[in-house]
Amino acid sequence: MSLRTPLGKALGLGSAKDGTGHWWSQRVTAAALALLGVWFAFALVGLDGFDYQTVRLWLGAPLNSILLIILVATLFYHSSLGVQVVIEDYAHEDGGKVVALVLAKFIHLFAAVAGIFAVLRISFGA
Amino acid sequence: MASDNRPLSPHLQVYRPQITSVLSILHRITGVVMSFGALLLAYWLLALASGPVAYAGALEVLGSGPVMLILFAFSYCFFYHLCNGLRHLAWDAGWGFELPQVYASGWTVVIASFVLTLLFWVGLLAGGSV
Repeated sequence: MSLRTPLGKALGLGSAKDGTGHWWSQRVTAAALALLGVWFAFALVGLDGFDYQTVRLWLGAPLNSILLIILVATLFYHSSLGVQVVIEDYAHEDGGKVVALVLAKFIHLFAAVAGIFAVLRISFGA
Repeated sequence: MASDNRPLSPHLQVYRPQITSVLSILHRITGVVMSFGALLLAYWLLALASGPVAYAGALEVLGSGPVMLILFAFSYCFFYHLCNGLRHLAWDAGWGFELPQVYASGWTVVIASFVLTLLFWVGLLAGGSV
């Protein structure tokens, strides 16, 4: 048993100590996605018919591959940060909250890697 | 600990919805919706990387009526989240905090999100994309 008061234990510790990093990352990825998202929307409009050859050819161009990889990575990172906050806000039961947070991270990472893998596979001509 | 059954104080439901609060919760809702939409993007890319047969199958799924409606909803969520996100970034930079400005930017976001969604689909349909 400690002789320190509960207040004494808590003083000076702050809350979680790393909120700024999360907040700033969300803003920077938001700025990036505003540009990448508009680029992608225009690209989709330009992909007449979405037929296999057209889309492969477009996606295989180096600049398009590069931007799309950055888009996928940034998108899922931004989404992961946002979903994390939503879970933290609404999930009140500790066990379920941790499971939901970890699961959300796993799904985001899997989807990001899958998307990037797909772009690379097309770009390298497989 | 019997902390689970404590009475809760009145929360959001006691307040009249206002454009400020409605746009705020919409930002979160559209964000969550799009986190599911992003999975479709990964699915589309994977199908494209898996060859013509897999891609044709994916187009069949994505191009079916109900899924098209979902895609339309995703596109609206994207343009809303984009416009309102820019509004948030402006606030983060310290701009537009006066109440009349908040209302004006809010209604601008509402109108712009509908117009951009409409233009996007007109562009898709005109290009024969859909």
